[in-house]
Amino acid sequence: MKDTQLGKISIRNVSKTYDPSGANVLALDDFSLEIDSGDFVAIVGPSGCGKSTLLNILAGFDTLTSGEIELDGNLLAGVNKTPVPGSDRVVVFQQGALFPWKTVMENITYGLFKTGKSNKYEIEARALEFLARSGNLQDIANVYPAQLSSGMQRRVEIIRAIINDPKLLLLDEPFRAMDTVNKTKMHQHLLQTYQDNKKTILFITHDLEEALFLADRVIVMTTRPGKMKLDIQVNIPRPRDHKIMVSDEYIALRKKTVFAVREEAKKAFERGEREMA
Amino acid sequence: MSTKNRYLLPSLGIAGFIILWFLSVTYLPIAAFNRLPDPVEVGLEWFNPDPDYGISVFVPNYYLHIFYSTYRAIVSFALAVLIGVPLGIFMGWKVKFHDYAYALISLLRPVPPLAWVPIAILVFPGVEPAVIFVTFLVAFFATTMNTLVGVKSIPEDYFRAAACLGAKQSDILRDVIIPGAMPSIFTGLQIAMGAAWFSLVAGEMIAAQYGLGFVIWEAYSLIQYPTIVIGMVTLGLAGYLSSALVRMLGNRLMNWRDQKLGLED
Repeated sequence: MKDTQLGKISIRNVSKTYDPSGANVLALDDFSLEIDSGDFVAIVGPSGCGKSTLLNILAGFDTLTSGEIELDGNLLAGVNKTPVPGSDRVVVFQQGALFPWKTVMENITYGLFKTGKSNKYEIEARALEFLARSGNLQDIANVYPAQLSSGMQRRVEIIRAIINDPKLLLLDEPFRAMDTVNKTKMHQHLLQTYQDNKKTILFITHDLEEALFLADRVIVMTTRPGKMKLDIQVNIPRPRDHKIMVSDEYIALRKKTVFAVREEAKKAFERGEREMA
Repeated sequence: MSTKNRYLLPSLGIAGFIILWFLSVTYLPIAAFNRLPDPVEVGLEWFNPDPDYGISVFVPNYYLHIFYSTYRAIVSFALAVLIGVPLGIFMGWKVKFHDYAYALISLLRPVPPLAWVPIAILVFPGVEPAVIFVTFLVAFFATTMNTLVGVKSIPEDYFRAAACLGAKQSDILRDVIIPGAMPSIFTGLQIAMGAAWFSLVAGEMIAAQYGLGFVIWEAYSLIQYPTIVIGMVTLGLAGYLSSALVRMLGNRLMNWRDQKLGLED
């Protein structure tokens, strides 16, 4: 591993207010979180709890209203800082955002060519190596994304992110639209990728079981305005497989968290009802 | 759909229309219909080595008219693409420019091509540029609007993904906006190609000495009814073929849309 491998995040007192048509909506309320280098952190909360807002601010897609975020001691987001996305924080998107007009190889190597740190030969060799390591995928290098299954597309998108050696990998509910079988496969695959690369990962989801299964640390958020409700350490050893989901530790963690999550989901639901009335 | 059906059903549709045409002209007891040529008459004239009214596949003049119309359609279409595509992309890309241009274009677009003919004749020196201008306008609006819609319909996540991966503004134009808008651009080009043919005829009917629109109009004035239909059928074929060419080119450029493998993991 390179010595540039850090990825320590400090989120300090971050608030975000949206102002759609004059009505101030507080999406994030004084949210703070320290993430250690190489940690796998999952954020769980109901829809509209501000978890995607947080991810967008981290990625540089959105501004914050107050507070600041540092990455390895450098200011990443602040009140007077224009947000800039960058290849040190790559996002894997909820709907999938492989470029449909580029082949798998062109997609994976896109970031490396843009940052231009090495030549074409080295870049493509590296891409093939990543594809090979990700379960013998080198055969699909010259295929377009539309020709792949959704699970396969997701794997390619994760490679496209991780190949740039980012300090932080941001996953925005990447398996949301998948059926259980595919989801299980993707969990296994993501854990393997994490094991191999040890990047700092921030994983956004509304699925508590998924969060507990994957992460070292699970943050449960309140419904809007988003605040931290629970901060749970998941001390289940790695490598993990789905057997742990019936282990005592896992079940104990689930007991500790499930009602908190359900309570927030219910609040969000009731608020939704009110807003519709 | 089987190969057999792919040709059978369209052929039946066309054959049905021709039969209906024949029956209505021959048997309908309405005077207006009796003046029209029936399909047999048109066919015989079209393939007559010595046509009664001067236009058939054996007459060089027929091809001269086709050549003139095709030439005008292609020039107008090419101008529409050269100006409309960059304009549409720019409008989709830069919000401020969109705000400048959109209202103006929305006001000009509904004006039908025929309404432009007098102005075009007054402004342009000679018939040729006037006809091309009128033809160009419709193709231009179709191209611009579809390109704009194409850019607007690109999911935000592609822009974000590109930015994440280190793309600059110019990279985003080349790697996201242009390929992302391409399907819609080609839809626009197909519409533009068709539109070029129909507005072309409007211009030719009024102003030109050559071209299929001129053939139709002149045949009407000289009571050469089968020639009218020959001109119409030729126009239909030319319009269909040129749209098909645009479509083929589009499919070739956008083979990334094929979903033939369906690879599973």
